[in-house]
Amino acid sequence: MYKPIKMKNSIHLIGAFIVLALTVACERTLPYAPAENELLDGPIDGLTTEEQAMFLRGDEAFSDVFTIAKGLGPIFVANQCSSCHPGDGKGSPFVRFTRFGQPDTLGNQYLDFGAPQLQHKAIPGFLPERLPLGATFTDLIAPAVTGLGFLDAVSDADLIALSDPNDLDGDGISGRPHWNTIPEYAVLRPNSISNNGRYISRFGKKGNAYDLLHQTSGAYNQDIGITSLFEPFDPLTGLEEDPEVSTQTVNDVVFYLKTLKAPIQRNENDPEVIAGKLVFAQIQCASCHRPTLQTGFSPIDVLSNKEFHPYTDLLLHDMGPGLDDDYTEGFALTSEWRTPPLWGLGLSKDAQGGDYFLMHDGRALSIEEAIILHGGEAGEAKNRYTLLPEIERQQLIKFLESL
Amino acid sequence: MKIYTSIYPKQLHLVILLFLTVITLSAQETDPVVRRVQTDTSETVLNMDATYNRPFLAFKKTTVALGGYLEVNSIYSGEDGVSEGLSFQARRLTIFMSASITKRIKFLSEIEFEDGAKEIAIEFAALDVALHPALNFRGGIILNPIGAFNQNHDGPKWEFVERPDVAVNLLPATWSNVGFGLYGRSFKENWIFGYEVYLTNGFDNSIIDNEENKTFLPAAKENEERFEESNSGKALLTGKIAIKYSKIGEIGFSYMGGVYNKFEEDGLTLDEKRRVDVFAIDINTTIKKTRTNIVGEVAFINVDVPDTFTQQYGSKQWGVFVDVVQPILTRKILNWENATLNVAARFDYVDWNVGTFNETNTEIGEQLVAITPAISFRPSPQTVFRLNYRYQWQKDILNNPAAKTASWLFGISTYF
Repeated sequence: MYKPIKMKNSIHLIGAFIVLALTVACERTLPYAPAENELLDGPIDGLTTEEQAMFLRGDEAFSDVFTIAKGLGPIFVANQCSSCHPGDGKGSPFVRFTRFGQPDTLGNQYLDFGAPQLQHKAIPGFLPERLPLGATFTDLIAPAVTGLGFLDAVSDADLIALSDPNDLDGDGISGRPHWNTIPEYAVLRPNSISNNGRYISRFGKKGNAYDLLHQTSGAYNQDIGITSLFEPFDPLTGLEEDPEVSTQTVNDVVFYLKTLKAPIQRNENDPEVIAGKLVFAQIQCASCHRPTLQTGFSPIDVLSNKEFHPYTDLLLHDMGPGLDDDYTEGFALTSEWRTPPLWGLGLSKDAQGGDYFLMHDGRALSIEEAIILHGGEAGEAKNRYTLLPEIERQQLIKFLESL
Repeated sequence: MKIYTSIYPKQLHLVILLFLTVITLSAQETDPVVRRVQTDTSETVLNMDATYNRPFLAFKKTTVALGGYLEVNSIYSGEDGVSEGLSFQARRLTIFMSASITKRIKFLSEIEFEDGAKEIAIEFAALDVALHPALNFRGGIILNPIGAFNQNHDGPKWEFVERPDVAVNLLPATWSNVGFGLYGRSFKENWIFGYEVYLTNGFDNSIIDNEENKTFLPAAKENEERFEESNSGKALLTGKIAIKYSKIGEIGFSYMGGVYNKFEEDGLTLDEKRRVDVFAIDINTTIKKTRTNIVGEVAFINVDVPDTFTQQYGSKQWGVFVDVVQPILTRKILNWENATLNVAARFDYVDWNVGTFNETNTEIGEQLVAITPAISFRPSPQTVFRLNYRYQWQKDILNNPAAKTASWLFGISTYF
C-alpha cells in the first residue's frame, strides 16, 4: 500500500538533486565565445533578418560535404568548400592544389589534358589526374574568404586610379588591373569599365576571377568536381552534365561570401603595433598593400559606400623571378600576382593548424620569411625591411600579426 | 532495419498496438497472471547475455514475455559561446518480446523507435537453438558482438544520458545485421568463459564516403539494403571471447572484419577489395569493498582507404571510454525501498584519423575528448533519473583550436 511521503533526510537529498539541476544549468557553465576579433567567420553587422537567413543558408552550403552520391568527383581536390577555407581562413598544404598548362598570356595549352586545375584526388575505383609531362604549373593554397564582399564592391574606377602600369610616379611600383575576358554568366558591376571588351577581374591569386559567382562556380567545378548551371562540364570527361548543385545553392554561397565580415584588427592601440604600422608605411609596403579602400554601390546595403582596411590594391604586380612559377592565368604575366589582402593575417595560424603557411603556395613558414620572399616591384620594400633595426622589424611583425 | 513510417503505416500501427499491450500489461503487474522476471544479477552472467537478461513481463501459462524501456531527456547546450538553447528529446522507446518455442528454442526481438517515431529499427530478431550450454545456434537479425556496449545498450542500465562516443561515434552501436552464428558458455568454479561467432552482412562504401567527412563506421547504419543483401558480396565476421572471474570481473576481446566495398558488379571489377577490421577490448568490474563499478571499452579500427582518395578519410582510428559509478547512498528514500543515489564520471576519447599528413608530416587532428560528471538516482534498479554535465573538446582535421561544447542533460530511463 502506498505510504505518504514523510519529510525526512531522504527528501532533502532529492530536493538538493533538483535544486542542483535547476541552479547549475545556466549559461555560465557553457564555453565562452571567443572575442569577435579572434574569429574570421561571422556576418557583417547590420544585415537585415532576410539577409541573415540567406547568410545562414550560404554558411550551411559552404560546409556541406559532397559525397559520391551528391556528385563528388570522380576527380577532385577537396570535398567541401570549407576544406580549403577552414573557419573561412586560409587553406593549408593539406589541401594544396596545382594549376598547370599556361606559360604565357596566349591561353592554356593543356585544356585537353584537364587543365587548368589538377584534380589529384579521385573517388574509389577512379584514378586521379597526373601532371602532363612538360606542362608548367604552380602550387597554390586557398586564400581566406572573409571580407570578400567589400573587395567585390570596390569600383573599377577606384582600382584604375590606384594603378600605375607604366610607373609614371617612379616609385618602382607599377600595379595594373587584370583586364580579362569574363564568363557569359557574369553580371557586370554597376559602372563597370570596359577595355577592348575586357573587364577588371580581381579574385584569385592571379586575379583571374571576375566576381564571386565566377570564383564560386569555378571552385565547385574544379575543386569538388561539381557541375552547375554556370560550369556544366565535368572535369574528368569534359562532357556537359546536369547540374549537381542548384543555382539557388550557388547563389546562397555567393551571398555568404559577400557578407562575411571583414577581419577585425586586434591590439591596434598597442604602442608596438602603432610603431609597426608606421614602419609598414615607411618602407613602402603600403604602396601595394593599400591600407584603405572604399566600396561603391552595392545592392547589399551594409556594403555600400563603406571605407574598409584590407591592405591590398587588388592589382597585379611583378613579384620577380623568385615567385615566377612559369604558370599564369588570363592575361597576367607568370611573374605577376594580385596583391593579397593582409587583413586576417594574424589569425591565419588558427585556420592552418597552428603554423603559418604563407605566400601563394604556403612556402613561407613565418611572416618574416614571407617578406623576404618578396621580389620584383616589392624588392625595394623587402630590401628596406632587411636594413631595419631588429626592434623595428619586430614592431612590423607585431603590426602584421594584429591584422 | 529502418522503416519509414510514411511508407509503412500498417506496420507502425501494429507496433503501436504492441506497445500499448505492453503498457497495459505493465499496469497489471499485480495481476497474478503476469509476473516480472527480474534481471539476473548473479555473477554467472556475461555481457553477451544482455539481450535476454532484461526485466521481462512473463505471463503464466504462456511462454511469451514482453518488456521494453523508454529514454527521454532534456538538453541545454552550447558551443563556443553559441547556445543551442533548451530542448527535450524522446531518444528512444524500445519494445522487446521473447518466446520459448520449445524448451531449447527461443525467440527474441527488439524493436526501437528513435527520436519520436522518426526512425523505427528492428535491432534484434533472432532464433536461438540450444544444442549444449557450450554450443548454441543463433540466426536472424543479431547484434554484432563488437565491444560490450553494442549488446548491452539498454538505457536504464547506464548512469549517463549520452551513449559512449567510442560506441556510437566510432563503432556503430547499435549495430545489427542479418546472419547466423554460434555462441556458448562454460563454467569452472569461479571462472566463466563465453564465445560468440557470427557471419552477417556488413559495411559499405559509406564508411569512407559520408557527410560526417571522416571515416565513420556508423554511416553504414543508414544502409537499409544490408538487411537483404551484402554490399560487398562477402560476409562480415564478428567474434568475441569473454572471460569472467566472478571475484574480479569480466574482460572481452572482440573482432569484426571483412570486405566493405562493392568491388564488382555484374562480373565487372569496380575497385579492389577493401577491408575494414575492428578490434575491441571491454572490461567490467566492481570493487566489492566500495561497490565501485568500472566499465570501459577500447576499440581500434583499420580501414583500407584508397591512397588516391582524400586523407580526410583516415585509415586508422581508435577510441576509449571509461565509466566509474559509485553508489553513495542505498536505502529507503521517499518510500522506495533500496533506492540508490550514485555519483559517476565518464571519460571519452576518440581519434577518427590516426596518422600524419602526407604533405607536411604533421599530426592529423579529428580528435574528441569529453568528460562527463554525473549524478543518478535509482528509485528501483529498473528506473534511473540522471543529471549529467558533459564538456567536450573537438579538433578538426588540421588540429586548429578545439571547438568547446558543454551540455547539461537531465533524463529518465526506465524499463517497463
